[in-house]
Amino acid sequence: MSKPLIELRNLTKRYNNTTAVDGINLTIKENEFVTLLGPSGCGKTTTLRMIGGFEDPDEGEILFEGKLLNNVPAYKRNVNTVFQRYALFTHMNVYENVAFGLRVKKIPNSEIDRRVKKMLKMVDLEGFENRNVDSLSGGQQQRVAIARALVNEPKVLLLDEPLGALDLKLRKEMQIELLDMQRSLGITFIYVTHDQEEALTMSDTVVVMNKGVIQQVGTPEDIYNEPINRFVAGFIGESNIIEGVMLEDYKVSFDGMVFDCVDKGFAPNEPVDIVIRPEDIRIVVNPEEGMIKGRVTSVVFKGVHYEMIIESDTREYLVQRTKMFPEGSIVGMNVQPADIQVMKRGSTPCNEEEG
Amino acid sequence: MQRRGRIAYPYTVWMVIFIVVPLFLILFYSFTEGDIHNIKDLRFSLNGYKKVLEPIYLKVIGDSFLLAGISTLICLIIGYPVAMIIANTDAKYRNLLLTLFIVPIWMNFLLRTYAWMSLLSPNGFLNRVLMWLGLPKLEIMPGKGAVLLGMVYNFLPFMILPIYTVLSKIDKSVIEAAHDLGGNNVVTFMRIILPLSVPGIVSGITMVFLPAVSTFVISGLLGGGKAPLIGDLIEQQFLSSRNWHFGSALSIILMIMILISMAIMSRIDKSEPEEERRKI
Amino acid sequence: MVKAIKRVYMGLVFLFLYAPIIVLIVFSFNKSKSRGQWGGFTFDWYIDLFKDRQIREALYFTILIAVISTVISTIVGTIAALGINNMSRLGRTIVLNINNLPVLNPDIVTGVALMTLFISLRIELGFITMLISHIVFSIPYVILAVLPKIRQMNKHTAEAALDLGATPAYAMRKVIIPEIMPGIISGALIAFTLSIDDFVISFFTAGTSVTNLSILIYSMAKRGVKPTINALSTLMFVVVLVLMLIINKKNDKGEDIII
Repeated sequence: MSKPLIELRNLTKRYNNTTAVDGINLTIKENEFVTLLGPSGCGKTTTLRMIGGFEDPDEGEILFEGKLLNNVPAYKRNVNTVFQRYALFTHMNVYENVAFGLRVKKIPNSEIDRRVKKMLKMVDLEGFENRNVDSLSGGQQQRVAIARALVNEPKVLLLDEPLGALDLKLRKEMQIELLDMQRSLGITFIYVTHDQEEALTMSDTVVVMNKGVIQQVGTPEDIYNEPINRFVAGFIGESNIIEGVMLEDYKVSFDGMVFDCVDKGFAPNEPVDIVIRPEDIRIVVNPEEGMIKGRVTSVVFKGVHYEMIIESDTREYLVQRTKMFPEGSIVGMNVQPADIQVMKRGSTPCNEEEG
Repeated sequence: MQRRGRIAYPYTVWMVIFIVVPLFLILFYSFTEGDIHNIKDLRFSLNGYKKVLEPIYLKVIGDSFLLAGISTLICLIIGYPVAMIIANTDAKYRNLLLTLFIVPIWMNFLLRTYAWMSLLSPNGFLNRVLMWLGLPKLEIMPGKGAVLLGMVYNFLPFMILPIYTVLSKIDKSVIEAAHDLGGNNVVTFMRIILPLSVPGIVSGITMVFLPAVSTFVISGLLGGGKAPLIGDLIEQQFLSSRNWHFGSALSIILMIMILISMAIMSRIDKSEPEEERRKI
Repeated sequence: MVKAIKRVYMGLVFLFLYAPIIVLIVFSFNKSKSRGQWGGFTFDWYIDLFKDRQIREALYFTILIAVISTVISTIVGTIAALGINNMSRLGRTIVLNINNLPVLNPDIVTGVALMTLFISLRIELGFITMLISHIVFSIPYVILAVLPKIRQMNKHTAEAALDLGATPAYAMRKVIIPEIMPGIISGALIAFTLSIDDFVISFFTAGTSVTNLSILIYSMAKRGVKPTINALSTLMFVVVLVLMLIINKKNDKGEDIII
């Protein structure tokens, strides 16, 4: 995980009047599992399609191993794609689908046979060679699509919401399998999804995008624990986002109280956004022992924990605890300084920020 | 990808030359008079349309729509039960039945009409049989009766097939649900099956009415000039009388009337099921 | 009871549909020229049929025009459909609406309109004008048959082929065309049968120098019933029947193609 493999420089794509991708910069390293995460229309798929060669960028450069890729047609790029809804060739059987890329390259039949069989074994589809792709289940079609791309031994595999059409259980299984394949083959994966949980589970690096702009780049832990702005905090996991004022280094004020925190480097009295994750709020039975006092207005059992809404004088807090406090009870809430994440207000998204 | 749209441009040009321009020519000739071979001699005139309003021609147009309408109705009455019976037949025999209905349409249209000529003519097979049975002669050919028969015969399968297609797609559980909710066979048919089959009926009616109203073959062969239809008139104007202006005016009127009937039909197709849904 | 009524009803409808054809077939072997009288069995009319130069020529033109117009309209229609699919919304709507005109317009209007065009352009009516007319009315059906297949195809299928290293031409040949092949085949079949069967449009655009079978049958029938037509009908019926049986055997979805 060292050499830069793909570099995006000031990459921009416009459709008519809207800017789908707005001058993004990103470096993807060898063997990295990078996820482009964001709501629909954030530019993640467009970015992927520009790397794949299906969209021409209006501005900026795509470098592959240091060489400009912009004018190289899709069929000459050493990247392969697993498409949304697979895009299998329905007039060919499973074997021919997988063999397609090798046949194009005029590889000898014996070699094709060996590689296709090996790949089908890897995706657990041995014995399916002569099946019609239409007769396969969604999960099996997904495996064919992956095998069809990987058999070409690309340096980079692009995956465009590959698991979007599968049901939850199958999706979880495929997540693990994909991760295993990526590790064992040592290929760079660039993965597009709108599912934040999927992104956090699988990636080495998560790239959060919104409105064509990269918001934050970092490890899943960084993104979750230290969201850089309101958008990232709101998009990744559930959180309480509160407006406050940074009084001085390590002192932040919100809801009329002053809290200790671990952040510094803000201007005195700078308005900021504060994020507190629901599991980081501790509840004490005696309201007087809490920094914030509130009344429990709703309790929902979520399996691992109880999700409670606690109403203070100024706002509602979302709290997740394994211990249940009955509705209507008055409780106190405490937050550790390290669990208060202070973010710049309307923070300009960073480009080229390494996690 | 948008740029690949360009490969349709040659066909677009072709379409303009061979579809749009000819129709504009017809429109042009319908509003002019004079020597068709000399553009300088042509001048604006409504005479083509005025001629359409002459009683004899109005009667021909009326007859065309009447005969086409009656034959469509007969096709519907005969065809709907047939479509229902096929739809309810075992899957094993269904294809065979369908094929049996399709085979005659694959035979040349003129030969099918010709077959009735030889059956119906005054000394034809049918009359020989009737005579042999001691029954009076049937003298419908040439005449409107024979034309009507020819229309029904030629176009019946085009009524049956679309209705069958729709009926066969009705989810059987919908019918079971109707029975379950206390609807007897008549109620189920009137309130469920019939409304659901409206799209089939509409396309059946269109597929029968359109060729029937514009035919000149059936009327030419079975009507023997005794029952001219609008199609015969148009044919005459372009091939024998050489009055393109009148012929063009007739064509335009035929097109407009067909357009109106199709608009009405598509409205029925859309509104009817909704109304029915509200009632249920 | 209900079953019996159904059977009788279906029987009557089939009688109505097939009686004329059966009578025609029987009388094609009738020695007597009269339509009502049975004068003994003969093959004479079939021999006459094969000796008849006019009929042979008409058959030749019918098949020649059907083959040429099917090939051209299938190729042009498929290319046009691929293009139309990639057009902007507005362009697509306009093109498809114009494309539908020959399908919705009565044949007689299409026929006289084309005839008017050719005469106005001083093109002599004949083989070429008839061929052009057949292509004109066939292409819209090919487009209507191919376009749904293109739409059904996953929009990324072409990209997947390029992604796997296929050049655009290779992707077209090995992926896109095979994917939409069922539509192309049914379009070609429709074009072929429409051309073989067409009378009205040919009638107005063929002029006097060429005739196809339909025009010939019409002019013969107008002059009265002729036993050679009976023989011709019988042969054509048998050919159709055999073709249908073959198609039905090959795929049970035969009905899709016909309608």
